[in-house]
Parts: sequence; C-alpha cells; structure tokens
Amino acid sequence: MVTNPLTKNIDMSRPPLDIAAYEANDGYQSVHAIAKGLSPEDVLELVKGSGLKGRGGAGFPTGLKWSFVPRGDNSPKQKYLVVNADEMEPGTFKDRLLMEGDPHLMLEGMIIAAYTIQASKAYIFLRGEYTVSELVLRNAIKEAYEKGYLGKDILGTGFDFDIIMHTSAGRYICGEETALLNALEGKRANPRAKPPFPQVSGLWGKPTIVNNVETLCNLPGILTYGIDWYQGLGKGNDHGTKLFGVSGKVKTPGCWELPLGLPIRELLEGYAGGMQDGLELRGFLPGGGSTDFMLPEHLDITLDYDEIAKVGSRLATGTMIVLDDKTCPVGMVGNLMKFFAHESCGFCTPCRDGLPWVDQIFRDFENGEGSEKDLQILHDHVTYLGPGRTFCALAPGATAPLGSGLKYFKEDFEKHITEKRCSYRH
Amino acid sequence: MSQQVIASTAVKARRLSAEEIVEIEHEMTLYPDKKAVGLEALKIVQKHQGWVSDESLLGIAKYLDIPAADLEGVATFFNLVYRQQVGKNVILFCDSVSCWIMGCEGIKSHIKDKLAIDYGETTEDGDFTLIPVPCLGDCDKAPVMMVGPDMHRNLTPEKIDSIIMDCKTIQD
Repeated sequence: MVTNPLTKNIDMSRPPLDIAAYEANDGYQSVHAIAKGLSPEDVLELVKGSGLKGRGGAGFPTGLKWSFVPRGDNSPKQKYLVVNADEMEPGTFKDRLLMEGDPHLMLEGMIIAAYTIQASKAYIFLRGEYTVSELVLRNAIKEAYEKGYLGKDILGTGFDFDIIMHTSAGRYICGEETALLNALEGKRANPRAKPPFPQVSGLWGKPTIVNNVETLCNLPGILTYGIDWYQGLGKGNDHGTKLFGVSGKVKTPGCWELPLGLPIRELLEGYAGGMQDGLELRGFLPGGGSTDFMLPEHLDITLDYDEIAKVGSRLATGTMIVLDDKTCPVGMVGNLMKFFAHESCGFCTPCRDGLPWVDQIFRDFENGEGSEKDLQILHDHVTYLGPGRTFCALAPGATAPLGSGLKYFKEDFEKHITEKRCSYRH
Repeated sequence: MSQQVIASTAVKARRLSAEEIVEIEHEMTLYPDKKAVGLEALKIVQKHQGWVSDESLLGIAKYLDIPAADLEGVATFFNLVYRQQVGKNVILFCDSVSCWIMGCEGIKSHIKDKLAIDYGETTEDGDFTLIPVPCLGDCDKAPVMMVGPDMHRNLTPEKIDSIIMDCKTIQD
C-alpha cells in the first residue's frame, strides 16, 4: 500500500509527472470514482470520517469546515473554492514542494473539494514570488482541461469547474483567509470581521471555502484508497501523513512526508541528521514563526496536534526552525518581531503600534541598550497582543515566540541588560 | 472627484498600451468586477513598464473607471507593486528567521559593500535594486534570495559575486 501519498510522485531531480504519468500512478482515480456515482454528501462523509485536519496552520477539521457551506436549492448558486497557496510563514517550505513537485495532486484535490461544496469556480491564490510553481501549475491546469477533468460537465457528471490562477503581490497578512479574500477582490488585504465566516459569506459575499495546498493534497488519497487506509497511516492520535521540515543548523535540513505521531526526536535527529558538529540544540519552533518555542526536553513528544498543544505550542505548519547554542535566542526572537511588525496590515491599533514598539525594544537589546523596564514592556505585550485583543491572529501569532522566548531564555535577556551587549557576537 | 484632485497636481493619466489593454481585458473575463482587476492591472503595467508611475496608476484607474485613491491604496499596500522606479534586476532578499540563523546578515553586508546600496535603494547605474522580502519558502537551502524571477539558494559571498557578474554579462 501507498505510505507516502503526498510525495509519491515527487522527485525534484526531474520535472513533475505529466498528466499521463500521473494518471498511471492512480492519479485522478477519485474523479472517476465521483463520476461512477459518489454524491457530494458521500464525499463529505468520507472526508469527515477520515479525520483530516487543515494543514495550513490552524488544524481545523476539513470536513467540518466544508459542512458549514449552505447546501440545497435555496443556497446561493455561485460558491467558490480558494486555494491558500500564499506560503509565507517564516520557516515554512512545504507547499512549494507540493506544487512544484506534483501539481496534479493539488488540482485533483481541488476538484474533490469543489465538487463537495458544489463550487463551479476556484481561484488559486499563489504567492507572487513562487514563479516556478506558477509555470508548473499553469501547465498542469492546461493538461487537466484537455483531459476533461476541468471545464464543463466533467466526466459526464454534470459538474462544471473552472480554475483561475491569481498570483499575489505580496504581504504575509494575505495568508489570513479573510484578508486573502479582500486581496482577491482587489482591495487592501485587511482581515474581515468574523462572523460571517467565509463558508457562508466569503468571496464577493458568496459561500467560500479557503483550503491550504497541503490539505487539498490529502484528499485524492482519501477517496482513492479509503478511510481505513488513511487512518492506518498515522502513528498517533492524528490521521494521515504530513510534510515536516527542519531548517536551521542541523546536518541535513529538508522536508519529508512522515506519518503524524512520530516522536520529534526521530525527525530532528534521524531525518535532519541532528545538530551540526560542535553545536547543541537550544530549542525549536515546531511549526513556523508563530509557534511557541519547545525545548530539548520535549524531543520525545510526538508530532500530533494535541500532544504538542499539551506543552503550550502548536504543530501548525509542521516546519521546524531549530535554535542552536551559538545563535542568540534574543536575536532570533527579535528577527521574528521585526518580521511581524513589518507585516502588520496596520488595521488595528494593538498590532500596528504594539509590534513596532516590541521590535524597537529588541533592536535596543541588540545594541546593548535594553533595560529591566523594557523587559517588563515586552512581557506586557505578550498579554496586550494576545488572543482576543487584536482583530486577527497575526499579533497573537507573534506573541507565541515572544512569550515562550521570554520564559525559556530569561537569562539571555538578562545578560543583554547586565553586559550591555549581545554576548553571542564576536 | 478624487481624480480631479490628483489631476490638479499636474500628473496626467498615461494612455495604456495596446498590449497592456489586451492583458487587462483578459483579466476582466476572470473576475466578476473591475475593482478586482485593479490589482491585476497594476501587475500587468509593472510587467511592461518595470514599475507603476503616477501616470500609469491614473491611466489604470481611468481605464477601469475605479477611484484612483482606492487603486493607490491597493498599490501601496502590496510590497511587490513598485511605486518607485526600480533597477533592471530587483533583488528580493530573504531576511526571515531561517535565513537569519544561517547567516543572511553577512550575505547582506556583502551585497551592500559590493553594490553600494541598502534596502530600498537602486545602484547608480540602474542595474540593481535591493528589497527585503518575507520568508521565501526554501528554508532548508538558506540563505536564499531572488533576482528577478529566479531563486538563488545556499548563498555565499562567492555566489553573490557570480550572480551579480552573470546579471551584468546578460545585460551587455
């Protein structure tokens, strides 16, 4: 049986499989299964039953999200599927691999999602900088139209589906789904108030599902090989496989498809080869820049959404950023704060004004001008910028490395104050 | 109204080129309203002109019949829409966390010394503009940057030298 459904066709040393080769390896089987009589309700039940959780960062159950879309004759005729391919979370490099390595897998996933919610149109919201992804996807879309997997009356199902490529013009905030919808409508990408949720009133006020690239790539396997197979892939509480990445000063940084539920140690010391010679592990962000630090003592925790939540962090994007003992933790958090301050959309006050304040304090620490009072202001911001205090999740995301960094690397902050310098610099 | 105010500053709308119009018209078939096409049109114009001048922005607003102020709000929001002239090669330099850990600051200093420009600046010969960019999503090959549409990975000072050399050779 297939154990690596997300990457089974990926070999970055050659171009991605064309549609014929993709079909020959069970590709587009799910669309044929739909044509043989799977109803949208049947597909929804399968996806719900699989236990698939969104792979964009929040980990919300995909089937449940889809089920909020109004159905039936009285629901709005036009519904939309939007692919969040705006990968920009610091330290995250998994969607690029999926799109550039096996574009048809995502397209197949899109057809499944769109059919389930009966969306006749989808926009791929692709990062403008992902120029290779754009070329590869455009070519795959063309092939899929030629084969009748896209367009009118797909395989005689009566279902029409068109995919439109939208290349974005930047800004991290576009990864927030309602900001993304505003950007797609040609507006400034400020997030929207929720409710109404996009599932009910999204793109141009129509019911809209926004799914991450990797989430969609999970769908073909679920339909083709079944729920039992999918659930058998996981080693822990969560189902399926996931892309896990490791960056930082490890021996072999990279991105691998692994079952959910493996111990973190296996990823870090096995796949990533452990720390580079002469370096010790100090800590790591388990799933991108908006997650809380974890420590070496957490290495035996498994890569499960719930297990990682138990120690106060999040699995999120599954791409780990490693901090070594020769790199300054204050500098690392400061780099993230600079990022978040720069990427704040400026709509709500705590985020717009709070993050630059935090960023400035980190610059002061870097220059040996940090004080105890500054440290208190940083602590205060963990609360003031936390969940519920801001309009969207950007600033609360920033408080994850900030709060955990202050907690775990307290001595380093103190040392910057007492020595009036960063002792990690030569 | 807003257009009159801007017009009073003596900036006149540029008439869009035939090629630009063809591409903008194509985008109009993909979106249900003109406002959505505004951002696409900015990108199309930038592709042809290298950047979006005030004249171009007014030209797009006029062509799509959308308020110039709204379009300006969008143009200045997105970091890949250039409202100032940029060099022939735009360097999008990743300084996010993984690249920072892997030493991007040293690479940036090297570029700065080599080209005598900092973030937001263009070389005197108009060959290069240096701009910081959020995480480019290639973190296992950090440090990374883009020059134009191309990714450059596992950067070293030597690699920077050869990338700059290549850009200059291609132009000559």
